[in-house]
Amino acid sequence: MSVREIEYRDALNEAMSEEMRRDKRVFLLGEEVAQYDGAYKVSRGMLAEFGERRIIDTPISESGFAGMAIGAAMMGLRPIVEFMSWSFSLVAADPILNNAPKMLYMSGGQFGCPIVFRGNGGAGGQLGSTHSWCVEGLYSNVPGIKIVMPSTPYEAKGLLKTAIRDDDPVFFLESERMLGTKGEVPESEYLIPFGQARIARAGKDVTLVSFGRPVLFCLEAAETLAKEGISCEVLDMRTIRPLDIGSIVKSVRKTSACVVVDQSWSFASPGSEVAAQVHAACFDDLDNFVHRVHTVDVPTPYATELEQEYLPSARRICEAVRACLYRA
Amino acid sequence: MTASPKVWAILAMSTLESTQALTSFDVHGAANPSSAPSRRPGAMVSAELAMHLLRQMVVIREFEVRCMQAYQDKKIGGFCHVYIGQEAVAVGCTAAIRPSDPMVTAYRDHGHALARGMSANACMAEMFGRVDGCAKGKGGSMHMFDREHNLFGGHGIVGAQIPLGVGLAFACKYEDEVIHERKSDRVALAFLGDGALNQGAFHEAMNLAGLLNTPAVIICENNGYSMGTSIHRGTTMGHNLAAKAAAYGIESAVVDGMDVLSVYESMSLICDRARRESRPAFVDMRTYRFKGHSMSDPRKYRTREEESQYEAGDPITTMKGRMIEAGMLTNEAFKSILREARAEAKASVEFAESSPVPAITELHTDVFVEPWGRYTGSSDPKMLGGARREPSFRAIENSEGLS
Repeated sequence: MSVREIEYRDALNEAMSEEMRRDKRVFLLGEEVAQYDGAYKVSRGMLAEFGERRIIDTPISESGFAGMAIGAAMMGLRPIVEFMSWSFSLVAADPILNNAPKMLYMSGGQFGCPIVFRGNGGAGGQLGSTHSWCVEGLYSNVPGIKIVMPSTPYEAKGLLKTAIRDDDPVFFLESERMLGTKGEVPESEYLIPFGQARIARAGKDVTLVSFGRPVLFCLEAAETLAKEGISCEVLDMRTIRPLDIGSIVKSVRKTSACVVVDQSWSFASPGSEVAAQVHAACFDDLDNFVHRVHTVDVPTPYATELEQEYLPSARRICEAVRACLYRA
Repeated sequence: MTASPKVWAILAMSTLESTQALTSFDVHGAANPSSAPSRRPGAMVSAELAMHLLRQMVVIREFEVRCMQAYQDKKIGGFCHVYIGQEAVAVGCTAAIRPSDPMVTAYRDHGHALARGMSANACMAEMFGRVDGCAKGKGGSMHMFDREHNLFGGHGIVGAQIPLGVGLAFACKYEDEVIHERKSDRVALAFLGDGALNQGAFHEAMNLAGLLNTPAVIICENNGYSMGTSIHRGTTMGHNLAAKAAAYGIESAVVDGMDVLSVYESMSLICDRARRESRPAFVDMRTYRFKGHSMSDPRKYRTREEESQYEAGDPITTMKGRMIEAGMLTNEAFKSILREARAEAKASVEFAESSPVPAITELHTDVFVEPWGRYTGSSDPKMLGGARREPSFRAIENSEGLS
């Protein structure tokens, strides 16, 4: 089968369109998804193909349309809810955190919630403090949801198709900074299961664990470090929940060193969770404690220079790896 | 069937200006359902249905009395909100819809569950935290769910259930019209208390319901108090909630929620119209809770005189009187209804007490439809490997696409 290069946004579009052709229960709603063709052109052309009954423009009313979609999912439909930015999901915190993930449990297994919430997360576009949220730090604390962070167009398509077919609520965290990134995506259909990390680069000296866009920073750092004779194994976790701790442990038992790179804030984050789990599982295998690279523990700044320093970067990852390997 | 003026009291904009003086014990304020009905209530109700409505109200009343006792005996934990005084609302509303119509409500939900068809046993056992409860003891008093009877829950966060209700209506229409390509004739009921009127979720849901033409009937069980705050202290235009509906282009009605016949007849018309026109409706259902907000409420925010006045309009007494007057009921027959209801409520307590507590393994079930293994926390290495389980992709044939 042939493979072509497509943009991350088109990979998302293909995943949604294919699933909508396959299952009439799937529909897309959100701000500007229909007539505007998507605020970030992710849903480009979908209104023309599927019509306004299935590609639904909503008002700027996140709490309302998130709740409405959850009600529809409880009835057995499979809504895809687009948040223009995950930052805006905060005003829908009650439906997405208090309803979707708990419905199955508090109904004693009677009502599930097969729904996908997706949109852009993360800083890097000079959007200022309120529009730059990495919500995985907050939301990964909640049981009952699956959290996906695709790092390439290939992962984006395969994981989104899995998300749409999953019977549980899925938070699908894309990156506005990556929407135009191109990558190889097969023409033929494929799905990527949740909870299976990908070895983005094999190595033997240190294990770099990351999710979403920072995987790219890890690969960049690995290039630099290779020139210093440090061989990095980069794990693209793909999903935060479920967390494929098995793959991390397997790698750390080989390298004896682990650096976690997480674009959310450090306190009580996916990064701190990974570190805690690695410490518990690999206590005797580690030559140093697990080092962590996060965004700096301040609100997101606007100025480019400050924002770039705020984010995890190849430079800061290199520093952490050298420190972890006692080569600083 | 023509709608009476009482049912479709669509207020002209000029009415919005008139804030009438409130009578001393009128918690709801002006624009009460005072306009005389065009005909006697009950014209649409058969003797059989009348008996059903009365019986259900009595069962709920007796059930709630048992609940209060069980709560005081510490058999029921957490929060517990009883429905005494408001029985006519859930009973009249559910009688007016079809079994296939979904509904969702807030946390004062025992009455809705029983009216919808849940057994008193399952309802009581849920509150006792027992495995025979409607949600295996995982929900509690505020979370009555019943898939078989299309009850999509009691919900605890004030107002949160209203967008869900609009979603139920949206799904009915989508399922019927987009998937099955036939005209939808289902409605969804979403109940809220007057305290939810000031939540953003209410306003967002109303806007979406109006905008997307969802057949959602949004029923404000207006008992005049959000906890201890009277409607006039917390809600602008509290005397005229139709103004809020008008703002969203939604037609509304003011209904006497203390009269089960009015509730049933009004709701029948309102739901018929919502089905026919595939449009939402808003109902200001005037009612009164005879007990406190929850079990720990000394009701210092209202007078005993006010309570007595409303208790004089007890929905059960009213219905009983009307049926006796119409020759549908004797005092003896009523006593027997009461006896049966008491026995049913008492039996539900005995059932709940004898139902087993959930197995501790239940703690870990129902978190995911497609789990990947037990999450036991960060310090337990036993979860290693648990992440390897692949999603089951129930909707897909064979092993298509999976590596």
